[in-house]
Amino acid sequence: MNTLNHLNRRQMLQRAGMGIGSLGLASLLQQEGLAAQNPLAAKNPHFKTKAKSVIWLFINGGPSHVDTWDYKPELAKRDGQALEGFDRFTGFFANAVGGLMKSPFEFKPHGQSGKHVSSIFPNLSKHVDKMAFIHSGHTESNNHSPALFAMNCGLPRMGYPCVGSWVTYGLGSESDSLPAFVVMSDPKGRGLPKGHAANWGAGFLPSVYQGTHFRPTGDPIDNLKRPTGMNAEQQRRQLDLLKTLNQQHFEVNPFEESLAARIESFELAYRMQSAAPEALAVDKEPEHIRAMYGLDDDKCKHVAAQCLTARRMVERGVRFIQIYSGGMENQRSWDGHNDIAGNHSQFAGETDKPIAALLQDLSQRGLLDETLVVWGGEFGRLPVAQKSKKPGRDHNPHALTYWMAGGGVKGGVSYGETDEIGHKAAVDKCHVNDLHATILHLLGMDHEKLTYRHNGRDFRLTDVGGEVVKEIIA
Amino acid sequence: MGALLLLAIGSMAEDAPDFNREVRPILATHCFTCHGPDANTRKAKLRLDEREAALEILAPGKLVDSELIHRILSEDPDEVMPPPSLKKPLSAAQKSVLKRWVAAGAPYAGHWAFAQPQRSEPPKVKQADWARTPIDRFILARLEQEELQPAPEANRERLLCRLSLDLTGLPPTPTEVETFLKDQSPNAYEKAVDRLLASPRYGEHMAVPWLDYSRYADSNGYQTDGSRQQWPWRDWLIQALNANKPFDQFTIEQLAGDMLPEATLQQKVATGFNRNHRINGEGGIIAEEWRVETVIDRVETTGATWLGLTLGCARCHDHKYDPLSQREFYQFFSFFNNVPETGRLAGQSSNTKPLVNVETAEHRASVAKLETEIKQAEAAAKQAAAELPKLVKAWAPKFSEELSGKKVIWQGVDEATVTSKGGAKFERLEDGSWLPSGPNATHDTYEIRTTMTGDHFTGVLLECLPDARLPNKSLGRYSNGNFVLTRVEGEIVPANGKPVPLKFTRIESDYSQKGWDIKNVNNGQSGKGWAVDGPTRREPIKALFLAGQPVAVPNEATVVLRFVCATLNQHNLGRFRLSLTGATPAAVSLKGDSIPAAVRVALDVETPTPKQWAALEKYYRAHVANPAKAADDRVAAKRKQLADLRKKLPTVMVMEEMPAPRKAFILNRGQYDQPAEEVKAGLPAFLPALPKGAAMNRLGLARWIASADNPLTARVWVNRAWEHFFGVGLVKTTENFGVQAAFPSHPALLDWLAREFVKPSQGVQVNGQPAKAWDMKAFHKLLVMSSAYRQDAKPRTDTYAADPDNRLLSRGPRFRLGGEQLRDRALFASGLLVEQLGGPSVRPYMPVGVWNETTRYGDLRNYKNATDDGLYRRTMYTIWKRTAAPPSMLLFDAPNREVCTIQRSRTNTPLQALSLLNEVTFVEAARRLGGRMLKDGDSSMEARLTYGFLWAVSRKPTPTELAVLRDGLKEDLAYFTTNPEAAKKLLAVGESAAPDDRLAERAAFTLAANVLLNLDEFVTRE
Repeated sequence: MNTLNHLNRRQMLQRAGMGIGSLGLASLLQQEGLAAQNPLAAKNPHFKTKAKSVIWLFINGGPSHVDTWDYKPELAKRDGQALEGFDRFTGFFANAVGGLMKSPFEFKPHGQSGKHVSSIFPNLSKHVDKMAFIHSGHTESNNHSPALFAMNCGLPRMGYPCVGSWVTYGLGSESDSLPAFVVMSDPKGRGLPKGHAANWGAGFLPSVYQGTHFRPTGDPIDNLKRPTGMNAEQQRRQLDLLKTLNQQHFEVNPFEESLAARIESFELAYRMQSAAPEALAVDKEPEHIRAMYGLDDDKCKHVAAQCLTARRMVERGVRFIQIYSGGMENQRSWDGHNDIAGNHSQFAGETDKPIAALLQDLSQRGLLDETLVVWGGEFGRLPVAQKSKKPGRDHNPHALTYWMAGGGVKGGVSYGETDEIGHKAAVDKCHVNDLHATILHLLGMDHEKLTYRHNGRDFRLTDVGGEVVKEIIA
Repeated sequence: MGALLLLAIGSMAEDAPDFNREVRPILATHCFTCHGPDANTRKAKLRLDEREAALEILAPGKLVDSELIHRILSEDPDEVMPPPSLKKPLSAAQKSVLKRWVAAGAPYAGHWAFAQPQRSEPPKVKQADWARTPIDRFILARLEQEELQPAPEANRERLLCRLSLDLTGLPPTPTEVETFLKDQSPNAYEKAVDRLLASPRYGEHMAVPWLDYSRYADSNGYQTDGSRQQWPWRDWLIQALNANKPFDQFTIEQLAGDMLPEATLQQKVATGFNRNHRINGEGGIIAEEWRVETVIDRVETTGATWLGLTLGCARCHDHKYDPLSQREFYQFFSFFNNVPETGRLAGQSSNTKPLVNVETAEHRASVAKLETEIKQAEAAAKQAAAELPKLVKAWAPKFSEELSGKKVIWQGVDEATVTSKGGAKFERLEDGSWLPSGPNATHDTYEIRTTMTGDHFTGVLLECLPDARLPNKSLGRYSNGNFVLTRVEGEIVPANGKPVPLKFTRIESDYSQKGWDIKNVNNGQSGKGWAVDGPTRREPIKALFLAGQPVAVPNEATVVLRFVCATLNQHNLGRFRLSLTGATPAAVSLKGDSIPAAVRVALDVETPTPKQWAALEKYYRAHVANPAKAADDRVAAKRKQLADLRKKLPTVMVMEEMPAPRKAFILNRGQYDQPAEEVKAGLPAFLPALPKGAAMNRLGLARWIASADNPLTARVWVNRAWEHFFGVGLVKTTENFGVQAAFPSHPALLDWLAREFVKPSQGVQVNGQPAKAWDMKAFHKLLVMSSAYRQDAKPRTDTYAADPDNRLLSRGPRFRLGGEQLRDRALFASGLLVEQLGGPSVRPYMPVGVWNETTRYGDLRNYKNATDDGLYRRTMYTIWKRTAAPPSMLLFDAPNREVCTIQRSRTNTPLQALSLLNEVTFVEAARRLGGRMLKDGDSSMEARLTYGFLWAVSRKPTPTELAVLRDGLKEDLAYFTTNPEAAKKLLAVGESAAPDDRLAERAAFTLAANVLLNLDEFVTRE
């Protein structure tokens, strides 16, 4: 590479910085053959698909499928009856197992597909024709942390890369000013999901692929603010100085590609200082959009801000966004051990309107096609009651429901079934690995080819399993 | 088909490929999953990892008869191997390797890393004068083979900087650079090497990877992730490295120092290595499950650290790649299975047995002195007590008179019935308090029925007291020692007539947990209540509950009070004492004195009974100034001093061996509750046997690992040393030397080094000390003395294309510094670094709230940074909470220390740039480096910048660099001169003192320093 070429590249970067279009930093570096040194360079998928980015609404704590999307009339018929042969150690509270319990909520058909939806989703139910449901999900642990790890990382143990990290590793970044993979957690002081940062960790992948956790309060990212007394203009000058000095080093070291990457990382950092607050500035949105998401509604405004931020991030090229509904366990999340009616009404109330608005907003902006929206938690809940003053439901690893919308999935379809009371996945069972294989597929990646060599072995998100659920792909 | 096959076979080459380098990797990746060592997943009863077993399908030398060749070349999807469903097809090049191999007779060789390393003669080279050490001849021979030239030597500033960073983790001072440049003696470089190897910084720097290996942290991990103290082990590590303890000894002491004959305290401390794992303290866990996890963690950590093996893979089944069976895994497991431990954490913020006290001589002397003083004080108290009856007799009438004029505010509740709705039992203690025990109901209500002297009731004083018998030795009954009080209610029940309910309107306490205020009591909101930071605070607390108006208490009426804990499960009250009052609400406060009813009664009667006398005496002794009280106070004070001293005495968790070993079993699927066949301690068959005279126990295992006959130990260590100084190991997979390991770039050199480490032959001396066996410092010296190490790192046009990744060492290595080194370097350049070896971990700047997101309980919450030296110690001393590890370290690729980590990646991210640009640590360092330039640099702007440049990157700037910096400085100076407020703000960053003169200059130099501390050259070791 000679100096002239190099200068061209600099000029191009500058022009891109002035907003010439969607050419990401990553793709520019790739053109210059520097991709090898920039692990976030945008990469071509294995095959062409619609979905470019993912918004995963993680319904933390384990939403009850039979009280949300998996309509079980038989459960109502057998309300109160004992479930013969039930293993009372399925859930967590073996000594509080009650009889079968019908959903406290009313189910009604919606949309052209006539999908039965629980009354706790008055807004989301309007969008069932955009959704593909997987009712036959199942996982491997009845305990929050391992189940969260399984759902996020494919294995019920800590230390493996999560879906977002694999996707970022596979596809790189499209943004020249924001992290590729962003995680937002509960902003109401109810804590992080169990297992915390390991849920968005990169495991053995280079840490550049880990999720950037936007802190729910205070500065979203550490060190985002310039030191007091230094203004933006001054820092720009600092960086120019630095660039000139590093550049001189670069001329001396013409092959030192990591240096080029470092120079760019400073530029990206600089842009991030304004881009991150800008992406979060939901108050800049027009009034009708704010109202649609529910920003003026105390019950749901925190999730509204996160969903709206997610849309703004997708527009700005962020690859993978995960939003956690709820904090830790018990009453702090969808973990309705006690009072399933109250618990799920509360958390559905916090999310129904914002997520519905997100679907509508993405759709009306023409972004839904290229954005895969995923809804689901770490496990389902049992059809039998957990005895309590107000009955709840215990954990159920044998059945869970996920839905996806946009990003090349069929709308208004349902795949797989649980048994007639919703106890276990029964028809077309879909393991966590299958779900992951499907998500990767929708993003244009073959889950068996997306591998990383670690400790002398090629690892993949789906371990040794995974079948793509083709039936839900448009 | 046959013709096609023949055709394909016809093009074979004749030379046999190297089995280990070329053939085994293909078989391992594409075949061993189904035809390898794991008997359970083996297909068609065929294994390819052993020649004997594979002979039939190999047909060595006869390609046409070879079933293996037939299968890999077949185009029939039902026949071809690997089967298409495996999605691991062979490339044409791989097929060609296998063909050549079979044609040449299919020779096998054992996996190279499992065979004894052989010391070969260093190869002959053309440019013999370039080679300073045998290492160089190995490197150069390969370069010459590729017709490449080695790079020229790096310039001297660069060399000294590289050497200082590699050996001590810190750069040289400007004076050290100057001295080195002036030293024209032929051994100037060697002198620098010796000086740095003798620096105590060496041990600190070399210890860092060992902290990752041994998953060292200051917290216990898991849900609460409370604190532990394992730093005495960390200090042992630093000292052992500085003292240059031979690596075999270093190994044996860490693995089994406790079992050495007449083990010293330090040898026991060394075994903390395998106690640095996490320990679970969650309620309801099955201890045995977690004990098994801990033992497996030790097997994995020991295997990865010393042997470069992933033993853990054989936990559930035979190893897929390495010849390690599940049985052998559990034989290895058995070595670590005999520690007297439960698998459960002893307390949320403490060390778990087995422990040793690491008291110093000074500590011991203080303890002995206090113990004597306590005995003396107790004797004095006993003597003084003899005088009490006389004194009480004299005092009682006076006190009675004194009291008669005043209304006593609080009456201690004396006789009372206390019951629990949830079935708890209550014990009445000496001081009148009640201690609940027995069932701890989900939600309990304590009911107290008592009588009252006086005719009115206004309120009740509740005193909650810590007790050693409560969880966490704290105040409440929940497993973490907390309680949450929801409601207080009650009524006055006359002997005849209707009960009058009590309504408490004024509620106060002298302490509430944040978010759990006393005001929540009786306010009817669900999910709310009064809590007291039980897990961490453990101090007595008072609360009062007053009715708006005094309520009449008829004669013989019963006062009934109920304390209801119904907010959180099992958060019930612990030990408590009650006092009542009938005084007007205005006169009542938390501070009110409480005279027990028994004392009042005793004072009122003409002739007190012996029991009443005793009550009076007890009260007098405790509350009125008298010699007995003074003596009691002295005893109490000394006892507290001793307890505090004991608390300060550090303990460290260590290994210990039970007298009789625990039974060990093969665990089906690795599950603790599925034991199968019993196994005894034993070694994997593919590695050598136990050294002569060693026992088949943990000590024997340690001796076996640290034996010169172990083919892995020395290779693994020298390879990591190589990685430390050259950026990448000769074997790239420094964590794995198993069958799946990367093949060494210089296999003969690796073997030569492994032999040289165990038995030095080069006459290396470190500060006059000749190299001994397993001599780490001498080995490090051998590496840095080589010409290969001293090469310039600049890539050259003539060699770059042939050696882009520098695997051939055609130039010097260049790589990004680790997070610890970066921060240390900034502190060092700024003059802020406080160098002090060892001691408890410290608290530098970290984001507010960094600890709170991951845990809701435990003592590692509400992070506050130090305001003293703790801010500026070397980064390796930073307090490490596993679930919320220091963010800036994670940013620079440090592992979270949950489990053993051998290799860190080196990424380059914008979040790192943000940290370097904006983090208070780096901005404060820039401010201080700026101040340093102003204070110590010569008076011209250029001289000052040059001085700062020297501190930052250990060389003088070029004229162009200087010009660039000067122009920037001028602009900043102009800005701050007109914006003094901005200057003031910038200079206020960080806790260290900021002089208030020359503000504009200081601010401008701060920004110049900020640029220096962000230079690529600063971030990189080159």
